Amino acid sequence: MDSVTTIDYFALAPELTMVATSLVVLLVELFLSGERKRWVNPIAAIGVLVALGFVVALAVDGTSRGAFGQMFVVDSYALLLKAFFLLTALFVLFVSYRYFSEFRTYQGEYYFLLLSSFIGAMLMPSARDFVMIFLALELVSVPGFVMAGLRKFDLRSNEGALKFFLIGVLSVTVLLFGLSIVYGFTGTTDLAGVAEGLRAIGEPEPLLLASLLFVTVGFGFKVSAVPFHFWAPDTYEGAPIPVAAFLSVASKGAGFAGLLQIMFVAFAPYAEVWGPVFGVLAVLTMTFGNLVALQQRNIVRLLAYSSIGHAGYMLVPFALVRDGLTEVNDIAFAAVVIYLLAYAVMNIGAFACVIAVARTHPTRDLNDYAGLGRRSPGTALGLTLFLVSLGGLPPLVGLWAKFFIFNAAASAGAWALAAAVVINSVIAMFYYLAIVRTMWFDAPASTAAIRPGFALSFAMTALAVAAVAVGVYPDLFADVARVSTLVGAAAP
Amino acid sequence: MDFWNSSAISITVFLPLVGAAIIALIPKRSEEAARPVALVVSLLGLLLSLGILATWWFSPERQAGALAFELNVPWITAIGANYHVAIDGISMPLFVLSYLLTFLCSVYALQHIEEPGRPKVFLSLMLLLQTGMAGTFIAFDLVLFFIFWELVLVPMYFMIGVWGGPRREYAAVKFFLYTLFGSVFMLVAFLALYFQSGAQTFDIVELTELGAAGRFAGTFGRLAFLGIFLGFAIKVPMWPFHTWLPDAHTEAPTIGSVLLAGILLKMGTYGFVRIALPILPEGSQAFAPLMAVLAVVAIIYGALCCMAQTDLKRLIAFSSVGHMGFVMLGIATLTPTGINAAIFGMVAHGVITGMLFFVVGSIKERYHTRAIADIGGGVLQTMPRMGAILTFVAIASLGLPGLAGFWGEVFALLAAFNPAPALVDAGYLTLFRVCMVVGAVGTVLTAGYFLYMLQRVTMGTAPERWKEHHLPDVSAIEVTSWAPLLLLTLGLGVIPALVFGLTNPDVVAIMAAFSG
Repeated sequence: MDSVTTIDYFALAPELTMVATSLVVLLVELFLSGERKRWVNPIAAIGVLVALGFVVALAVDGTSRGAFGQMFVVDSYALLLKAFFLLTALFVLFVSYRYFSEFRTYQGEYYFLLLSSFIGAMLMPSARDFVMIFLALELVSVPGFVMAGLRKFDLRSNEGALKFFLIGVLSVTVLLFGLSIVYGFTGTTDLAGVAEGLRAIGEPEPLLLASLLFVTVGFGFKVSAVPFHFWAPDTYEGAPIPVAAFLSVASKGAGFAGLLQIMFVAFAPYAEVWGPVFGVLAVLTMTFGNLVALQQRNIVRLLAYSSIGHAGYMLVPFALVRDGLTEVNDIAFAAVVIYLLAYAVMNIGAFACVIAVARTHPTRDLNDYAGLGRRSPGTALGLTLFLVSLGGLPPLVGLWAKFFIFNAAASAGAWALAAAVVINSVIAMFYYLAIVRTMWFDAPASTAAIRPGFALSFAMTALAVAAVAVGVYPDLFADVARVSTLVGAAAP
Repeated sequence: MDFWNSSAISITVFLPLVGAAIIALIPKRSEEAARPVALVVSLLGLLLSLGILATWWFSPERQAGALAFELNVPWITAIGANYHVAIDGISMPLFVLSYLLTFLCSVYALQHIEEPGRPKVFLSLMLLLQTGMAGTFIAFDLVLFFIFWELVLVPMYFMIGVWGGPRREYAAVKFFLYTLFGSVFMLVAFLALYFQSGAQTFDIVELTELGAAGRFAGTFGRLAFLGIFLGFAIKVPMWPFHTWLPDAHTEAPTIGSVLLAGILLKMGTYGFVRIALPILPEGSQAFAPLMAVLAVVAIIYGALCCMAQTDLKRLIAFSSVGHMGFVMLGIATLTPTGINAAIFGMVAHGVITGMLFFVVGSIKERYHTRAIADIGGGVLQTMPRMGAILTFVAIASLGLPGLAGFWGEVFALLAAFNPAPALVDAGYLTLFRVCMVVGAVGTVLTAGYFLYMLQRVTMGTAPERWKEHHLPDVSAIEVTSWAPLLLLTLGLGVIPALVFGLTNPDVVAIMAAFSG
């Protein structure tokens, strides 16, 4: 009883800090004028750091906590992903600083929306209940719709935001419909409770299968899995580039966190049914994303399709889940988490470099990168490193991300899926190398200097160091991911 | 002494990496300082590797099949991968050769780096490459091996793509994607071994023991071998996976070609000897006949292609296909003789073909063309010493007895006459003997195209326009960087025990699984 009425404020401290920060940011911006409006960025960063401090304190404390009748749980998995989202937030803030201070308008609104979105992302890994998951997902998405449309003067931004909005709303409706059917069958919204209920039902009824499909489709839009991906390239292209970075990492990450919890816990009893579906989705997603990325001439669209490809790799472990096979499930679960962490490092890094170049070349065309190696060796080296890492070359973090996916596929004996990842890695390398080639082999088309500024340079350097450090000593990641206990706890 | 024994290899392998970092830190205005720094670093590397060779050779505890300078510490605990490095007689010649060639390349680089120059970047890449190459030969953990294996891709990609010839971009991407394609399949096969082993280990020594005990038998062993085969065969390259090689070797800058031919190709054949054969004896036996056939196809095909080349450098590049065919034929016999011949062939090919690429690079630098027709013969007249060196090395390459190229080929053919008992039992004796005969015909073709090349390039009367140019003959720096290779060409030919002595005990030990 007391678990419902009394609230463990310590468990909620990171989220509460973020709520307070977002409000402070919104208010403070009103009282700042002109150039000074950019100060909201460091304020937001301080708030994120404080929240991160609370997450660390909770991790040191070590006890599993909960609130609101265990709808909101703080365990090691939740803390890991919270720390991940907060670090992502920090780096998105770094890459946003210069972009938005030169953008002039909407700074307060942008940072408020960004922080709100991240609150949603932080709630997601703690959510152990359909309602919480739905709330968290909405909290991530709705500010995203607005942020994608912040470049009001640009028709493409309007188009992208509208597409994102319509499809986002549609998918969430479908998802909610699916969840409500499951609730009707099992009488609970608690994830573990749903799993028990489904086990009691046994052989799945057609309507339950339909609801599984709805949930898959709903999350499919969120993580931009093919064939539910088509909003992503347009939205990324239209959105301010830091927002594209946010959408491709944090928003997608929140989607994957939700998907992990629902699929690995609540729907685990029917894994035989949905596992193969995810296998097909994974292969479709990675193949389609990579093949279309080959054709792109706009770097943001290229990264958008590349991120679809990476979503495909992250879907592979879902296809391996089998109810009760704790060992395989654990490896698969950890593989997704590791991939998410690694992908964030590489992708935010790549977007940071794109933002740096876009200051001088707003068209974002691949030709702008010709001869970048001579014009701005630092930026070119950074982008090379991130792209090569996305392609999965050692000794960089991207290799290990793929390695753990292979590892999971191999442990389950899913050789066809492993082969699909292999072939796609090579296809992907082709277009990553095309950019590298343009940067280092081609003659510069213009001589305008690239000046990233301090915040961007710091973000690029820190992420590059992280990519190399984890690449050389992957235990840094692997150990972190092993603390996730979600799967073990849910096993029957 | 304990410190030296446990860390000598790590120091030697990572020294070039440190050197690359130091060179990268040199400020742009004193860019030329990169050349002497690279020279010092690679000289230190060479001395260290020779130190390892000497300590190992004179060590009283040295015995067949035992690893020296072993260091095995946990690295990725999550998957049980270790940082396991060591060296034995199979690795030793290739390990030292990689340091020798890199050192000679940095001597050569004092004088000559292709357009657009930029020695700082070029030499950092070369040293980075050295770490990858050397690391491949001493890694005794599959994951570590894979890291080093892939590490060579990026520097070589940039070497070809930035400093290469007219079709450099195409060649660089082709090289990169071909190798990557093979190596990812190899990685999946490694993971398959890891799970099938039952011991969840990537350790090559442990996997070899499990393999000898028949752990990876049947269909699994064949499939795993196929995955590994794809990775190594593309790197070697075996026919029909060779198409990246002529492009990459031809377009690469001289130093890139030397290292590609001298060391990078050997990573593939070394992989067969170290990993594919010992861990998967059954798979190897199943695939050995196919490998032998592909090997002789490569010998004949490479020779015929060489006959048709009009580009001097491309001719040398294609000759590698044939030479690596002999190496693969030796490996396919699954006998100690064959493996010894293969390792000898690797070293000889590294020395001779590395040398050929040096000479061709220097000729191209003077003539500004690689087309045989444009050179028009008479190199012996325009540059007598250069012509003489080219003649000497070409004759070594065609396998003249008394020079290095001879032993690898003759012992590979000899081994094909008498392949492993298991292959004979399976009824493949005739096939291998046919391969031997065809391979022997290949040596004649090889002699044919090299002599034909010499006739068109070095002999005859030089065209007037070249005589008027007064082309400078071999420079002091060129002599310095080539002399060790020329001496080795002769030395290995006269005293083949220089290599066989190092390799034989360990080869016999590693091939024990096939001898019974």
